[in-house]
Amino acid sequence: MIPSAFDYAAPATVAEALGVLADAGDDVKLLAGGQSLIPVMKLRLADPAMVVDLGRIGELSGVRDDGDALLIGAMTTHHEIVTDPLIAEHVPLLAMAAATVADPQVRHRGTFGGALVHADPAGDMPAPVLAADATFILAGLDGERRVAAADFFQGYFTTAVDDGEILTHIRVPKYTGWGARYEKFTRVAQQWSIVAVAAMVRVEGGTIAEARIGLTNMASTPLRATAVEQALVGAPLTREAIATASAHAGEGTDPASDLNGDAAYRRHLAEVLTKRAVIVAAGL
Amino acid sequence: MASSKTITVEVDDVSYTDDVEPRLLLVQYLRERLGKTGTLIGCDTTNCGACTVHLDGVSVKSCTMFAVQADGHSVTTIEGLARDGKLAPLQQAFHQCHALQCGFCTPGMIMQSASLLTENPHPTEQEIRDGLEGNLCRCTGYQNIVAAVQAAADGTVSSDGTVSSDSTVSADSDETETAGVA
Repeated sequence: MIPSAFDYAAPATVAEALGVLADAGDDVKLLAGGQSLIPVMKLRLADPAMVVDLGRIGELSGVRDDGDALLIGAMTTHHEIVTDPLIAEHVPLLAMAAATVADPQVRHRGTFGGALVHADPAGDMPAPVLAADATFILAGLDGERRVAAADFFQGYFTTAVDDGEILTHIRVPKYTGWGARYEKFTRVAQQWSIVAVAAMVRVEGGTIAEARIGLTNMASTPLRATAVEQALVGAPLTREAIATASAHAGEGTDPASDLNGDAAYRRHLAEVLTKRAVIVAAGL
Repeated sequence: MASSKTITVEVDDVSYTDDVEPRLLLVQYLRERLGKTGTLIGCDTTNCGACTVHLDGVSVKSCTMFAVQADGHSVTTIEGLARDGKLAPLQQAFHQCHALQCGFCTPGMIMQSASLLTENPHPTEQEIRDGLEGNLCRCTGYQNIVAAVQAAADGTVSSDGTVSSDSTVSADSDETETAGVA
């Protein structure tokens, strides 16, 4: 399968890329790792007149310590997220979710920022980032702006990134010492999530002190399971208490019905997977 | 008409400079421009892994990359694994363990296995299976593929292509029995 013809630019800096974007008009796509964009272009579901490749911009890659948070470059690959020692220490949930994305070859190319801007409701990175209350750093010709994760995901494949802007970094607060688990349900290997649950739990004195739960593919955007989070605070470290709290996982969700399962089945999955994820995250 | 780009790519230790259309996929460049047809196109949808090559030593699916993205980088294909006319240990292991039937998935299987062993030189059986999740074999030959990767990791494949007797490879073919596998 051969994509439509396009013009190609590979700028070396964010500033140069913003200039290219500004001159390119409306029919332009940013190329990160290309593991979603290139298949879509091969199917000719997208046929941009211009592609701006971010792969030559070194400043967009890597993970660094930023005080109470980690600053993750948008072009950091899934493989790097899986293997990075800072992420393993402070936000292991990201590594757990990234490890379930597609397959090793795709994880070598596919990027953290690319997956977030693609905003596929079945994609695995948005829910953990939402649960972690990350901040998105967007560069534009007029400077930089910051968008909270809660405001970033706006609908199917739609984010707060405006035309002419580039996601440069994602700032993820540290959750050092929290338990974490990404529980994903699929039919076969390298499949999209039918439903998945991203859980982080802080245990203190034999009870759950805080919980953060993100849901994958339970609406057109990732969701926080806020009713579960509230029910878990102060709950004893027992499977029964966690199961009771997890029964709220379907509240406020709006999952699609498709060949993999209808909405009621997905709500059921959300409850079961939340229970499993929290049990592991709490160390039971 | 979109303009072409000049790229310089090192493929299997040889440097090439070519004008390419930006939309040219890396796998098309390798096969149609360079004649490196050892890299196969299977599904052409990022699923099957037949087109797996190494980009700067790391496995990628060459059907899901533009050739222009490889500009300035180094690509290794299945054709670059053998040295001085001798098969690489993984190639010997696939041969010796009968890790193929039709052979279509084999170049991709071997390139992904090589990448896996670089990242994890001593994988468990489960780690091998997870590491090969992006490579499909439709002859259902996974059992012997996993055994071949294990044999290569264990160093139980000798330079003449035989597998030593302490290998974990199961003796389900005449060839492995001949090699003295218990």
